[in-house]
Amino acid sequence: MIWKAMDRQLNKSNSRPEETVKQDIGSENYYQTILRRFKRHHLATASLVVIAIIVGAALLAPVIAPYDPNEIAGPFAEAPSKEFWLGTDQIGRDVLSRLLYATRISLLVGVMATVISTAVGVVLGLVAGYFGGVADMVIMRFTDMVMSFPYILLVLVAAAIFKPGLWNIILILGFVDWPGIARLVRGNVLNLRETNFVKGNVVAGMPLRHILFSEILPNTVAPILIYGTSVLALSILDEAALSFLGQGVQPPTASLGNMLNGAQSLTVLTTQPWLWIPPGLLIVVVVMAINFIGDALRDALDPNGGR
Amino acid sequence: MGKYILKRILIAIPVLIGITVIDYAIMCLAGSPLEMLQGPRVSEAAVEAKKIALGLDQPIYVQYFVWLGQLLHGNMGYSIKSFQPVSDMISSHIGPTLLLMGVSLIVSLIMAVPAGIYSAIHQYSKGDYAVVTASFLGSSVPGFFLSLLLIYLFTVRLGWLPSSGMTTLGTQSGAADVAKHMVMPVIVLAFSMAGSNIRYIRSAVLEILQQDYLRTARAKGIGRFMVINKHALRNALVPIITVIGMEIPVLFGGAVIIEQIFSWPGLGLMTMSAISNRDYPVIMGVCLLSAIVVLAANLVTDILYALVDPTIQLD
Repeated sequence: MIWKAMDRQLNKSNSRPEETVKQDIGSENYYQTILRRFKRHHLATASLVVIAIIVGAALLAPVIAPYDPNEIAGPFAEAPSKEFWLGTDQIGRDVLSRLLYATRISLLVGVMATVISTAVGVVLGLVAGYFGGVADMVIMRFTDMVMSFPYILLVLVAAAIFKPGLWNIILILGFVDWPGIARLVRGNVLNLRETNFVKGNVVAGMPLRHILFSEILPNTVAPILIYGTSVLALSILDEAALSFLGQGVQPPTASLGNMLNGAQSLTVLTTQPWLWIPPGLLIVVVVMAINFIGDALRDALDPNGGR
Repeated sequence: MGKYILKRILIAIPVLIGITVIDYAIMCLAGSPLEMLQGPRVSEAAVEAKKIALGLDQPIYVQYFVWLGQLLHGNMGYSIKSFQPVSDMISSHIGPTLLLMGVSLIVSLIMAVPAGIYSAIHQYSKGDYAVVTASFLGSSVPGFFLSLLLIYLFTVRLGWLPSSGMTTLGTQSGAADVAKHMVMPVIVLAFSMAGSNIRYIRSAVLEILQQDYLRTARAKGIGRFMVINKHALRNALVPIITVIGMEIPVLFGGAVIIEQIFSWPGLGLMTMSAISNRDYPVIMGVCLLSAIVVLAANLVTDILYALVDPTIQLD
């Protein structure tokens, strides 16, 4: 079996020129190439559609939600019916409406936390990689220190100190999860710093700001984007775990995690599955779709990826 | 080699010191132990006297060094809830956690290593797609949701497995009983770890398969068994070491949530109750311990890495 695999590897490199000739890719631009490569991943293409639907539903929550998510709309803990598609919770709120608003909150936390951690990581990574020396050493040792603390533990401690709440959770997740990006960017910058086009800029006396943000940064966007998707997936998972434990987004605001919080009680777990299975499945679908998209992006943006 | 190990240890020392500084800073940020004393029945003078007794009137860096000195003597402070020494609490809870973590790590490797290697050797086959999709599922399912599903299925519906604790109350706890309690937490931890591990091992093995030395080995005609076992899989050991190193912090974090759900009487459960009680000496004791373990694990990983792969150089 290993022979076959090796043959395949060999054939891949041998047959590449032929196939390039067959497909006329000379005329397409960078973005068309990426799009074409991305579309080869059917699961990722499907994921993109799924994410678009979920994001659309979350954004349109105020319009499409049948009830107010925080108002008592019907009887307590009623099973799904025509009136309440996903039933009602213990105090009579409509689960479907809460689910729509919860998706909104969970996506907001995920996206904002990712934006913050990416921004922090990129700046620190750029500085460490480009300037090297003492700055590099200090930043990388600090990164090592933060990375040594188990992530969830650090987030839980921060949540305990700063009091849980929507914006605190976003800030905590954002400011704890930057080390990975910082390391990635630093590594890329170290490589780019030695390239001729950057050296050329230095010789030409271009200002530092230009070299860092207009020459080096655009060339690390692809890996940052790929890594960012996994940070996004992790942030959504972490918000869910935190809220599930009661240390994240606080009720009555619904988030996908704290909707599952009720399932810690045995009655809800055993007799009211409509309260905890939909939000749980939604987390799985969202996170998996993001992971698939990230994986396809990795292939599509890989400069050595061939066709 | 000796020089590399020495260098690596020397780098770890400032990180270790930094970890203690961060830990101490967080503990100070969290609030002073005097806050608990304050109340209508406690006079200003008594608080002041306690402050001097605890050394809180000293500058903060002096307090840090006093704390560090205590730490080196094994004194991690006292819980503000139970007044037990933190080190005693940790040592009495660490056993179950280590058991859970160790078994989960082994199970996840048993799942991930063959699956990753299979997937790499059969790249782009149906089996490969199935394994990779399953691995994505593994890293996308929140551990607590999987736990709830398992409890619903195996405890509520089928009644096969107990869902909380480490032993059945009121019985002589045998190994079989503990094993039964461990099944679900181990599945959850191992499944979520195996997810990322499979993809890591797969891509590492794919890279190995492309190496020139494998083509050479094959061209020499030394036989299939030798090529696979002596040349390919031996080098696949390197990513497995990395995977184990990467999993240690994940295990610590995962244990907190999983132990809470399954009432597993370990460090995680203790930490969660400390967090809800705002018992900072205990929380920070656990944080410090886990950070040091993670640091040590990284150090050992790097050293093993250098031993296994002589081409690795410290930059």
